[in-house]
Amino acid sequence: MNNILEVKDLTMHYETIDGDVEAVKNISFNVGPGESFGIVGESGCGKTSVAMSLLQLQAENGKISNGSILFNGLELVGMSENDLRKVRWDGMSIVFQGAMNAWNPVVKIGEQIREAMREHYPESSKSQNTDKINELFTMVGLDPLVADRFPHELSGGMKQRAIIALALSCDPKLVIADEPTTALDVVIQDQILNEIKKVQDLLGLSLIYISHDIAVIAEMTDKIAVMYAGSIVEIGPTKQVFESPKHSYTKSLLDSTPSIRGEKKKLRSLEGEPPSLINKIDGCSFSPRCPTPTNSCKNQSIEMELIRVGDDHFADKCCSECINE
Amino acid sequence: MNNLIEVRNLVKHFEVSGGFFSRNKKVIKAVDGIDFDIKSGETLGLVGQSGCGKTTTARALCLLDPKSSGSVNFWNTESEKMESIDELDDEGMRSFRRNMQMIFQDPYESLNPRWTIKDIIKEPLDIHNIGALNDREEAVIEILRTVGLTPPENYLARYPHEISGGQRQRVSIARTLIMKPKFVICDEPTSMLDVSIRISIMDLMLNLAKDLNVSYLYITHDLAVARYMCNRIAVMFNGKIVEIADTEELLNNPIHPYTKRLISSIPIPDPSYKRERYIINYDELDKIIAKNPDDKMIDIGNEHLVATHDTKDYFIES
Amino acid sequence: MKNNNNEKEIAKSLRREAIKKNWRLFKQSRLGMVGLYIVFFFFLLTILQPILFITGMWDESTYNPVVGYVDQTQDFLIVECPKEFPTEKYEKRSDCPGKNEVNVKTLFYADGEVGETIQLNLQPAPPSRRHILGTDSLGRDVFSQIMEGSQVAFLLGILSATLGVGISTILGTIAAFFGGKIDAYLMRQSDLVLMLPTLPLLFIISAFAELKIWHLAVVLGTIGGLGGTVITIKSQALQVKVKPFVDSARITGGSQMKILFSHVLPNVAPLALLFMVFSVTGAIASESVLSFLGLLNIEMSWGLMIYLAQVEGYIFSGLKFWWLILPAGLSVTFLTGGFYLVGRGLDEVFNPRLRKR
Repeated sequence: MNNILEVKDLTMHYETIDGDVEAVKNISFNVGPGESFGIVGESGCGKTSVAMSLLQLQAENGKISNGSILFNGLELVGMSENDLRKVRWDGMSIVFQGAMNAWNPVVKIGEQIREAMREHYPESSKSQNTDKINELFTMVGLDPLVADRFPHELSGGMKQRAIIALALSCDPKLVIADEPTTALDVVIQDQILNEIKKVQDLLGLSLIYISHDIAVIAEMTDKIAVMYAGSIVEIGPTKQVFESPKHSYTKSLLDSTPSIRGEKKKLRSLEGEPPSLINKIDGCSFSPRCPTPTNSCKNQSIEMELIRVGDDHFADKCCSECINE
Repeated sequence: MNNLIEVRNLVKHFEVSGGFFSRNKKVIKAVDGIDFDIKSGETLGLVGQSGCGKTTTARALCLLDPKSSGSVNFWNTESEKMESIDELDDEGMRSFRRNMQMIFQDPYESLNPRWTIKDIIKEPLDIHNIGALNDREEAVIEILRTVGLTPPENYLARYPHEISGGQRQRVSIARTLIMKPKFVICDEPTSMLDVSIRISIMDLMLNLAKDLNVSYLYITHDLAVARYMCNRIAVMFNGKIVEIADTEELLNNPIHPYTKRLISSIPIPDPSYKRERYIINYDELDKIIAKNPDDKMIDIGNEHLVATHDTKDYFIES
Repeated sequence: MKNNNNEKEIAKSLRREAIKKNWRLFKQSRLGMVGLYIVFFFFLLTILQPILFITGMWDESTYNPVVGYVDQTQDFLIVECPKEFPTEKYEKRSDCPGKNEVNVKTLFYADGEVGETIQLNLQPAPPSRRHILGTDSLGRDVFSQIMEGSQVAFLLGILSATLGVGISTILGTIAAFFGGKIDAYLMRQSDLVLMLPTLPLLFIISAFAELKIWHLAVVLGTIGGLGGTVITIKSQALQVKVKPFVDSARITGGSQMKILFSHVLPNVAPLALLFMVFSVTGAIASESVLSFLGLLNIEMSWGLMIYLAQVEGYIFSGLKFWWLILPAGLSVTFLTGGFYLVGRGLDEVFNPRLRKR
């Protein structure tokens, strides 16, 4: 079974007046067909940068300095803008954070979706497109009449569903969802997550789900990667990572998530703040905040390196050895 | 333990004119007659989705946007009786202001960017003329230590944009608690913070509540956070409180369909947990109403109150 | 005690860091830097003149921009230019009068016969070693006049800008804060003042009153202050008013006045500063126009230099008497441009900063 997406050693930095900020460091992961892959981490960990660089949509001062992104065998790094445009939306599409605010307020929803479709399917007729839109809307739980409305006439939840419809409009094989439900109420979030799952099963889509919400990731994904300060510190099947986290940060993250089920335990908090990526940190970037650092951690002389800790389950070398001590 | 705050039938309406030529003035009932009590030292969670009226309630309680009608009584420690906030004289108002504070959601907008941390935390003392001038700075240093910003000298001369979000929220807490108020309204204080920092802020607030015997009205949309922080939880929808009960009682035995719907929608951070989506069904509620047809809020025992009339609102699927 | 010292140390080092960072941001804007160099150059001119006088490098009687004078005369042979050319002495019409010769027909005040030598004043004299930019028709050093004009421009600009922005900030903040009738009145007043054309208004005022530089500064400042800036400042103040920290101050029990002055005003100030820099350009330009039209009662300024050049007819001689026109004109252009560019540079420092984390 071929992987839809293979990312290897992806490294990206932003050029700022304060110097180069390495936002993504040597990220590697694969996504298979129909698979749900989650990336979880806090603000500043680089997950949105990863999402943007997959589609080469990073900001102007963001440069990919190393690595390869293989989409269905096609190498995306270094591709020309023209070729990339063909891949975008009909191979891989993205639902941005705050995407519901990205609608053009003076154009009807349906028309904006048609714009995207016309880009990729110039030969299809207007009625074909309209049929497609109706189909998509029904899939995401929207009344097809919504296509004739303007964005300000829709509620937040409706706008978000429309965004998902937009992302699916050109039959992508892979959809990247970057915090798609963060601004929504929990009841609506539940409905939308449900729709996403349904659509995924129906179309056999691969999904990359990016969030800081651990609970949502737990429910939506088959495999996850935990990111911290630009690197993946742990990656593996969701169930395994949750049941036996091998990295100190993953453990802390899980321990600091309150839940409405289960016994009311005393949660563990992490000291300090997520690091600013401007200051390069040698060795383990998590060591300043690790609750149980070893001497070598404190000296920051350890190289970041993923080792196998279980079935298809990898974690950063030093911390996993730490926990097992 | 007596009540610190008693709220009865609190109503806040907003008038929205329908346009330049329209004579219709639409009335938005942001808060539509809510009742609740908060005891001294207790934390009540006010949970609901955006637009349900929880922030409006908070602002009405601390007189930022005066209520349209209803009564709010609070316990005045000096006169040792419940006083209505409508009948406060100057002295009463000052006492009220000293004892009621609010922590806001956005750590980046709740501190004046042109003031130093020291001035920000010292301001309440200056406004109420508490303590001698030299002692005020000592008090600031002391409270900085209490909220975990050490060494305090490092922070006194800084400006808000020079410290992180979590630190700013601690400064907000320091400023709020420096006068040792009896009651603090917390409007989603951790929702804009990183996940790993939330717990430390929440623990800080819990400890301070215990040490200073402060009551909180904790507003949040996240029931999991409410569970961690609160003794009791009130669920709000469309300007009304639909259910109010002790935390574990509410989570394990929700009665109102909206509460059930809310609870069942929350994702659980456990991949092996099978979550059952609740489908709205009024049978149980109808049975209870039938037994107590006249009450607005029915006590089903254990201080567990469920709202009845006018709460069979259409839950709009959007 | 020790706490205090530590705190002051830390405070000082924090301020230094912040200033360095702001400076770096400002430096990034090329426009801003260019503007800053220009303004700085003129500022140097401003302080150069008194230094030269005080240190005695310049003799006041010679170099004073208003009353300085030094005789610059030359002997000229009076000739009468023939009607037809070429003649034996002159080849073309433009050869007569030649060097050190003067046509008897152009002599107005002197009396002399053809063939006589006469002493004539060379004013206005072109640039020479003693007078870098030459002298004007009254024998006054042009460079000194430029420096004097620079002083006038700075003074006028900063005075009127400060006054104007001070008025508009307070009015704008009051309008935003109190709303209702006060707001409505202030906005209508602002609209009214906006409608008034500034220059014609200044003409009218100068017809009634004798306008000295101070008067002009006050008038410009007041008109500017009551005008459109009030509206912009009000909108900024409105944004500040609804921020949570203002709510926090209200909940704590702060009085209206205290909140207005300690919380809202300081957050409106950066924008006001920006406007101030821009309004300096208007002030300087207005002054030069008014002086050019002879409406100001002023001893020396750039506008006045051009006025004199025009009144005495030197403007129409093309570039022959360029030092009477170009330095003054270019100074006005460059200084106003310089201030404008500084404003642009400041914009980049302030605007993202205002909302920066």
